[in-house]
Formats: sequence, C-alpha cells, structure tokens
Amino acid sequence: MSLITLSLTELRQKLTSKEISPADLVRDVASAIEARNPQLGAYLTWDLDAALKEAESADVTQPLGGLPIAIKDNINVEGQPCTCGSKILAENYTAPYTATAITHLRKAGAIPFGRLNMDEFAMGSSTENSALGITRNPAALDRIPGGSSGGSASSVAGGIALAALGSDTGGSIRQPAALCGCVGMKPTYGRVSRFGLIAFASSLDQIGPLTRSVADSALITNHLCGFDPRDSTSLNESVPDFTAFLGRDIKGLRIGLPKEYFIDGLHPEVEAAVRQGIAKLEALGAHIEEISLPHTEAGVATYYVLAPAEASANLARFDGVRYGHRSAAASDLMEHYVKSRSEGFGPEVKRRILLGTYVLSSGYYDAYYLQAQKARTLIKDDFDKAFEKVDVIVSPTSPTPAHKLGDLTDDPLQAYLEDVFTIPANLAGLPAISVPCGTIAHEGANLPVGLQFITKALDESTLFQAAHAFEVG
Amino acid sequence: MSAHTIDIHRVAKLARLELTEEEAVHYGAQLLRVLDHMDTLAKFDLAGVEPTSHALPVYDVVRPDEAHPGFTQAQALSNAPKAVLDQFQIPKVIE
Repeated sequence: MSLITLSLTELRQKLTSKEISPADLVRDVASAIEARNPQLGAYLTWDLDAALKEAESADVTQPLGGLPIAIKDNINVEGQPCTCGSKILAENYTAPYTATAITHLRKAGAIPFGRLNMDEFAMGSSTENSALGITRNPAALDRIPGGSSGGSASSVAGGIALAALGSDTGGSIRQPAALCGCVGMKPTYGRVSRFGLIAFASSLDQIGPLTRSVADSALITNHLCGFDPRDSTSLNESVPDFTAFLGRDIKGLRIGLPKEYFIDGLHPEVEAAVRQGIAKLEALGAHIEEISLPHTEAGVATYYVLAPAEASANLARFDGVRYGHRSAAASDLMEHYVKSRSEGFGPEVKRRILLGTYVLSSGYYDAYYLQAQKARTLIKDDFDKAFEKVDVIVSPTSPTPAHKLGDLTDDPLQAYLEDVFTIPANLAGLPAISVPCGTIAHEGANLPVGLQFITKALDESTLFQAAHAFEVG
Repeated sequence: MSAHTIDIHRVAKLARLELTEEEAVHYGAQLLRVLDHMDTLAKFDLAGVEPTSHALPVYDVVRPDEAHPGFTQAQALSNAPKAVLDQFQIPKVIE
C-alpha cells in the first residue's frame, strides 16, 4: 500500500515505531509525483536529493518529524526556486533566505518538499494565471483546481502530497480546497508570520495548510503559528494545542447562517449540498440560526480596491535590478524598468497593478481607496456584531463548482465576483476553514463542494472543533 | 456606457508598464467594468465611518535598537541579473 494515502497521525506512528523511515516516505511521495504530476501539473519542481538529505537527519520524535510537506511557490526556502508562478522570477531567482513559517515547520521536524503551481503572484482563483503551466483538478481533469493555491489543492486532493502550504489573500486556500475536495485553512491574520512569503496584499495575506483531514490541518497549524519579530503584523499571542479540540462534540454550539450568503448567484446544487451539511451540523446538536452580515455586498468591491492597491505598491520592487527578469532591450534606466516589468508580468498581474495604481493616483484616492477602507470597517463591524450572537458562521466556500479550464479567462469581473464568500474573512482578519461537503453531479462529472466555517479572531480552537465534528460526524 | 473614465496610458506610465495599443484597449475596457462594480460601495452610507487599514489592532511596532546579523552582501547580490564590483548594475543614468 502506498504510504501517501495515510493520515499524518498514522504516518507518525509508523515513523516513531521505525516501521518506516523519513527517507521511505520522501521516496514514496516522489514516486507518486512522478506517476501523477504529468497529468495534474500541481508541482513545478521538486528536489528529491535535498529532501532525502533532510530526511537523513529528521528527528521523528518531533510532532511533524520526517513528514514531507509541499510548498506553494511563493514561500521562500533558501536554495530553492520561488517563482510565484511568474516569468519574472522563473529565470534566475533562487531563494536567498527561508520564510519563518518554514523555519517553524522544520523545527517541528517537517521536510519542505516540492514547489507548487499557483496563479501568478497569487492573483486569481483558477491557477490559469500561472505563467509556468496548467494545473488540473483531480476530480475532473478538464476543470480548474481553483486558486490561487491550485497546485497545493490539486496535489493534496490528487494524492501526490501528504499536506501542503498555501497562502490566502481573498480565499486562495479555501476556494481551491473546496473545488478539489480537501481541507483548506486560513488562520487569523497575524497568527502565522508573513516573513518570507512574497507579498501580494500585505494587510490580507496569510499562510495556511491544505490537508486531507481537519486533524492533519490542526496538527500543521499548531506548528505554523507563533510570534515573529520580523513581521510587524505578527501577533504576540499564545498558541493553543489545536489538536486538543478535535473530537469534542458541538452540542449547543451556536452556528449562524448569513442570509446574504444564500443568494441568486449560488449554484442550486451547491446550495443543496451545503443545506445538507447544515442539517448534519444540526443533527450533531448545534443550534442553527439565521444571521445578517448586511455589508456583504460591498465585499468584492472593497477587496478589489484594497488588494490591487497594496499589490501595485508591493510589486514595485520588481524592477529588474536586484532580482528577477531584466530586459535585454533597454537603453536607459526608465526603459529598463518599464521593459523588464512589461516582459516579466503576465496579463492578470498587469491588470491588477493598473487597477491599484489608478485607485491610489492623485484625484482618485479618496473616491476609491478611502471609501473601500471605510467599507472594510463596516464589514468587520458586521462580524463583530454577529459573533455576539453566534460562535461559528457557516456558509458555502464557493458559489459554484469548478469551472472548465478556459471558461472565465477573459472575464475578470465574473471571476472576481466568485470570491464573494471568502473575501470577507480576509477583510476582517478572521480564521476560516473549508471542509469537503460531498460532491454534486454536474455536466457529467462528480465535483466537490466545500463548506466554510468562520470564527472570531484567534478562535481557531472552536473552528477546528466544529470542522472536525462535521467531518467525522 | 460607463460613468467612469480611465486614462490607461497615464496609469500605465505611473505603474512603469508599457502596453500595446491592443492591450490598452483591452485592459481599459476590462478595468472600466471593474470600476463600474465599485459603484456598489455608493449604496452604503460611509460618511463618518473610520477607515480600516489593518483588521487587527497592532500599532506602532518597535523593536530594541540593537544590531542583528543581516543579509550579507553576497546574499543580497546572489540573484542580481547584473552585478559589477560587488554592486547592482543599472543602465547609465548620467548623460
């Protein structure tokens, strides 16, 4: 039997009892990648020799000892590529330092192994914006895996990674997890250091795990979180053992269903699957009530002002001087900047830089950026009020199942609107998780649906408790 | 017809991007659709609302003013497309 089908807890038992070695496990994952990655396109690169070297000295008594974890290609691991799915970093960039999240995982014994495809600079919801190749949904190979952490979701759901890291700015962990049929978790903003995560929108970005189970997710989250003086937005808060909340019942847990999330654009079969999931939560003893998040409609517009604005500033660093693509065609400095950037960035990144530059430009700042920051306050206030009445908010993760590849590539606004249920948790900085909620028969395929759980800031414990009860219930 | 206007060439210049005429037309039209959607914000009364730049209240983060080992020059230059005399090289800027 392939080791790769086992949970992290089962693998840990085999490792600590010395039934298998970390090197066996790394080789097993590598064989699975070699067999299936040509179909899925989830991994961009993987360095077997480096992973085997780490496996040699892996301490299997550590909580993640000897477990290989695949990494989204926007998180720096010294000595490895970090392309961000972009031509601008694909040619000649090797990470000169290591992200804190990776340092934390390594301290717990994990082995970062393999680099996963993504929408360029995490901008997109389909992974079709990668300049480096197509990633497919393991549930239906002619469909998108979601994004931007599409490689992470495809690798985990497709059985070629035990677990993966992704990053979530507007749903980029939860939405691909939902569309591929795995668990995707975004911690509270500030729980996980962003040091070494190549920035897209700094006030929204957060690293989190994609796993096959809620238990695996809690185990990894335990070892991702923690204060980091190198990230000024890092929270200096104690980190509970999230695995201690697995297996607790949810009798009497107050679950809110935001009425604004059950709307016309919600695919009827997705809604039916989600309603079934909610019935299951009720049968497990949760108290279900309808709530209102009245400013939900402002979410997408708010996000698509703020995120591109931050991105346009963050991506100004790609100037062809210190790293990344440098145009050979330039004769002066300005031409050097313009040509290096124009040759290096793909269409969606250019669109968002243009949009962000526009909303921050003189004469438009107050009309767009400031208004969006105010709307962000109202969206955050909605959650604060809701969490006075309920412990957990439950909703669909994505309004639709996975589209066919190519369906939305020329309609950016339509693609943006599909982030409607995931964006608010980023704007409010809240932890959220997507858990598989069955499949629907759609156009001849069985497509996964995700159920999203959201809790108040720093309450990942309740999030894991509810998500685990649902998963095993 | 959109109520918004966008001088796509001016914005591209500010962003240090160059667009072909075809790209300018294409992106210009797509961005106008997105800006039209931004009008959703006008439905809400935002007067007197405090703006939020970060979701969680972490302010004025300072650290002790102590020296720490940092990036070495060799590390900093390790990805430079062009370096000369241990420095980044850029096109000539002085006439």
